[in-house]
Amino acid sequence: MTEQTTSTRDVGVVIQESESNRPVVEAIEQDNPDCSVLHTPGLIRITAPGRLVITQETVEEKLGREWETHEFQMAIVSYFGNIQEWDEDEIVIAWDH
Amino acid sequence: MTLAPEKKTKKPRKLSMKARYEALTRGLDWEPSYVTKEEMFPHLEYEGIKIHDWAAWEDPFRLTIDAYTKYQAEKDRRLYAVLDGFAQGQGHLNLTDAGYLNAMKLFLQGVTPLEYAAHRNFAYLARHFAGPGPRFAALCQSIDEIRHMQTEVHTLSNYNKYYSGLHNWPENHDRMWYLSVPKSFFDDALSCGPFEFLIAIGFSFEYLLTNLLFVPFMSGASFNGDLPTMTFGFSAQSDESRHMTLGLEAIKFLLEQDEDNVPIVQAWLDKWFWRAYRVTALVSQMLDYMLPRKVMSWKESFELYFEEQMLKGLFEDLAFYGITPPRHVADAVQEKDVLSHQVYWILYQFSFAAGFTTTMPTPEHQQWLSQAYPDTFDTHFKPLWDKEARNIASGGRHFTRGLPQLCQVCQIPMAFTEPGDPTTLCQRESEFEGEIYHTCSNGCQWIFEREPEKYRQAWLPVHQIYQGNCGGPSVPEVLEWYHLQDGDAGEYLGSRDHTNWLTWQGEAAAETASHENKAGA
Ligand SMILES: [Fe+2]
Ligand SMILES: [Fe+2]
Ligand SMILES: [Zn+2]
Repeated sequence: MTEQTTSTRDVGVVIQESESNRPVVEAIEQDNPDCSVLHTPGLIRITAPGRLVITQETVEEKLGREWETHEFQMAIVSYFGNIQEWDEDEIVIAWDH
Repeated sequence: MTLAPEKKTKKPRKLSMKARYEALTRGLDWEPSYVTKEEMFPHLEYEGIKIHDWAAWEDPFRLTIDAYTKYQAEKDRRLYAVLDGFAQGQGHLNLTDAGYLNAMKLFLQGVTPLEYAAHRNFAYLARHFAGPGPRFAALCQSIDEIRHMQTEVHTLSNYNKYYSGLHNWPENHDRMWYLSVPKSFFDDALSCGPFEFLIAIGFSFEYLLTNLLFVPFMSGASFNGDLPTMTFGFSAQSDESRHMTLGLEAIKFLLEQDEDNVPIVQAWLDKWFWRAYRVTALVSQMLDYMLPRKVMSWKESFELYFEEQMLKGLFEDLAFYGITPPRHVADAVQEKDVLSHQVYWILYQFSFAAGFTTTMPTPEHQQWLSQAYPDTFDTHFKPLWDKEARNIASGGRHFTRGLPQLCQVCQIPMAFTEPGDPTTLCQRESEFEGEIYHTCSNGCQWIFEREPEKYRQAWLPVHQIYQGNCGGPSVPEVLEWYHLQDGDAGEYLGSRDHTNWLTWQGEAAAETASHENKAGA
């Protein structure tokens, strides 16, 4: 039911900078080649035009262990955009319109 | 025996997240049998909001109670491990400076009680919404908010053993003049109906402005050696993404349910943007003046977190429903160059009656300010500090002994200037039933005139002092009624925290030196 938007306005996510979140950030960078990353004290802000995706498979690959998407709650500090999808294999942030 | 990881032999899945959510959250709802639905949920009509289908509420998190408790427990476990380590290792000595804690005093006195108030009102929403989706989301948020309040108290109690200003925050919050700014803001929201509260706190506070409020405190903590605050901050903020989602789903849900909801929601947005924005004035001065090591200026953070993310991102999305950016947003944008300076100047002059201390920015600090604010600092604010430097040199650090006029709506002393003109004070007057009321800005005036019956009842600290309701007519009596103790208030340099800090740092240095000597012998 979530129709794909054509909007390219930036969406983004802010993640706590820590050793355990590093693989998650790497996974996001790999899955979103257009993204840009900003470091501020303790925080990493990742933005991308239109759409940002976090996939379970890539995160598991980087972490070397199983990871359920619920666990992303432990890393996320803030976001902007709309959470369009949060199910077992991916999380998608995009604007609706 | 080898313990080879059984990776990727995925067990047969039980239920999908979607199905679990349907079964455990939505599926536990029931239809009332011996009362009507209207009797069961009696507060849903009087605000004029029309809901046709509660089932249309979406929860992208698909949260179930088992997943919720599992991750919340883990968050607490991580936080308390850090707190234990901090207490054992004399971690407080790793701060950049004791003056940093003024930011945390303001946080504990001003923000922590709001967490508790949020807990109460989300519990109310969890009882009163007629749909299981929003009820469960509100219930989780209610539990989150009391967790925030508790973890903040536990974290900062570690500093209370050594520093002033942290010992009586609940009473401070109820009584002190600058704390009536956040308190009256939240009381205003608590006294709304359930839908207005949802737009006021759920959307305007938690989505629109949350990054301006919390992220600066957490980054400031991280940059100033305050590991415990950083840890509780991130622990709390990790709940915040759910709160943001609740707020965003809420506004979309109301807008989609009925076209008649649109003008009501727009007016709430106009009002609550400005109310919440005025509270962030306290954060603006914290960022620019209270942190010994600066993270980013208020102006920068306003541009990044508000103008870029919200005005350019969110409001284009909401335009689809006919929603426009908040009414007085242009005034806020214009103010970004002057806000923090004006607010800190107030706090500087009145900190003899505050639960924190202030001090004149050092020459390096002023240099940073003039770089961060090239258009305003040198012209409008540096002259004030130059004059104050001369006062101090001749032994007269400036404190204002009179009491300021407060804005009837935001309750901040009326020291703001006209939009776009930093040299003219902004004063607005409205008449209601033969009485004159003063407001600080176009935004506050508009809010007052929309609901004068409500705002005429404001508990304004200055008026209350003059009416004799705050311990007595003299300053010492009022300060005693505030529960301030020696060392809590005034000038930072030479204060109890400052002298202790110098002693402790000296002792720590001497101890390191003696260890090195022994090691060398
Ligand atoms: Fe909170
Ligand atoms: Fe929250
Ligand atoms: Zn005001």
